Amino acid sequence: MFSASVWREPQIRRGGLVTLAIVLLALLGPWLAPHAATDMVGGVYGPPSGEAPLGHDFLGHDVVSRLLSGGVSILWMSLAAAAIALVLGTALGLLAGLSRQRLDQAITWLADVWLAFPDLILVLLIVSMLGRAPWLIVMTVAIAFTPGVIRLARGSAVAVASQEFVEAAQMMGFSRTRILLREILPNVLTPLLVHFGNMLTWGVGMLSGLSFLGYGVAPPAADWGLMINENQAGLLVQPWAVLAPALLIGVFAYGTNILAEGIARHSAGERK
Amino acid sequence: MPEPCATSHRLPAWLPWFIGRLGYGLLTAWVISLVVFIATQALPSDPARVILGPDAPLESIQTLREQLGLNRPILLQYLSWLGQVLHGDLGISLDSNQPVAGIILARFGNTLALLGGVLLVVVPLALSIGVSLALRRDSRLDRWALSALIFLKATPGFLLAIGLVLLFSMPQFSLLPAVSILDPDKHLWQQLEFLLLPILALSLSSLPYLARLVRASMIEALESDYVSAARLRGVPEWRIVWRHTLPNALVPAVQGVALTLRTLIGGALLAEVIFSYPGIGTQLNTAIQMRDLPLIQGVVLVITLGVVAINLLADLLTVLLTPRLRTARRVTLIQRNRRGIQSWWRRPAAKAP
Repeated sequence: MFSASVWREPQIRRGGLVTLAIVLLALLGPWLAPHAATDMVGGVYGPPSGEAPLGHDFLGHDVVSRLLSGGVSILWMSLAAAAIALVLGTALGLLAGLSRQRLDQAITWLADVWLAFPDLILVLLIVSMLGRAPWLIVMTVAIAFTPGVIRLARGSAVAVASQEFVEAAQMMGFSRTRILLREILPNVLTPLLVHFGNMLTWGVGMLSGLSFLGYGVAPPAADWGLMINENQAGLLVQPWAVLAPALLIGVFAYGTNILAEGIARHSAGERK
Repeated sequence: MPEPCATSHRLPAWLPWFIGRLGYGLLTAWVISLVVFIATQALPSDPARVILGPDAPLESIQTLREQLGLNRPILLQYLSWLGQVLHGDLGISLDSNQPVAGIILARFGNTLALLGGVLLVVVPLALSIGVSLALRRDSRLDRWALSALIFLKATPGFLLAIGLVLLFSMPQFSLLPAVSILDPDKHLWQQLEFLLLPILALSLSSLPYLARLVRASMIEALESDYVSAARLRGVPEWRIVWRHTLPNALVPAVQGVALTLRTLIGGALLAEVIFSYPGIGTQLNTAIQMRDLPLIQGVVLVITLGVVAINLLADLLTVLLTPRLRTARRVTLIQRNRRGIQSWWRRPAAKAP
């Protein structure tokens, strides 16, 4: 599945390019920013001018500088949350799908209970209780995403496990670990990868939503979600301070999502 | 002993399944109550101190802790809390000194109206879009509509909501109120215009998933053998769509609606905050900011139990809509990924050699 033909899928190309562009912007941004994110260099809600193309925000920070420095947090946090959920959920899901009835039912049921908490509510609950340290937010978002991965991994593993090549491997006397890692895991990877892309999209939405509600990255640090929250009051006076971060969040979410769609489409095409 | 005769007296075949499923739902609800209780115990704040304020002397805090029963063993606290919850008593809000159940009840209707409105918009829209795209599969319209849906799906819901607020708070566009400051003296039905924008925002964000689900399951149904057989028999196309494929395509859609509702509840919280709509989500938001423990407990409990009930309802509908499941002797738990439980290591040995 990682052959060169992947790049022939237009959605993968487009999604990859958009995602890459935003990642580069976020990573290199802090060096390119004309001012520090916390420097007050202009008037409150100052309009766009030659020096500040997007104007100033509610405290007179330069919007462009805050945009350039505010991407890293949301990127690494959504990436880390999706990755942790992927690993944890895949492990539990494979364990459930390939184990005996009891353990399978126990894990499936655990995921069911877990899923009764709507993602955002679960994250809000935990973050409001334990605080808003970035790693804590990452862990809670990952925990909210995990049951979905468990279900997906379990379902795919069950479907793969009943196919003939697995049976053949069993007959050849391969160990369970080998069958699991060499026969089953590669075959459930594609749906999981698609899900990973979707989780990135949701993660960006959820993290920026958390910042927007005031539970995310603490001010005065720059963060796209936080910028929307801070500058909401000046929406009519200086819309750019809200629109620009919203646009960047939207573009990144779009990129990861198109990438996921492309991978799904590519693997569906390959199966035909 | 009388013969169990007369078909009208016979219990439906799915009833045993439903009782089992109900038990499963109740068990889940109990574990949720446990989780919610333990989670709120972990809050790093002392309710007695919240009530009396930071300057209160230590003795009066101790007395109040005694009165509130906070010094009892944790298990006893849980049992008495559970007993109260079962009687509909969710405790007293620390912030406003009002019964939590009353506060939630006052807001609950508003959120329910919001979610109901979204479903009223989204379900018919998703069905018609999904079916018509499936019938025009791979046409130019289909491709364009799909890209539009993907674009919509990728946009975080709260950005949509902010966009709508921005649009409608501009003087040129003041047809609809951008924020929903409800008049508490009037009934919700007399101020429906405040519902429109939140409903629009939430509908837009949940439409793509459902519409694509309906489209995919319609296509799957249209490609199945029984449709080819019906076509060969000369059954008219409209009949194939309405009588043969749509009922089958509806089954995944029911589960899809249940899943959508779960994400909608999270989305509704953001939308309510953005539009300042007085629902249960804004209530939870303020309760968390105020560290109002009983209120947080109550709201989270109500929301999660709601999700459990929605899943139960969706499973029941699935069974009732699927003749195969409706009449089956034994139905195990419904797997939402539509694949049966099968154990790999001890599979029945048995396909024909």
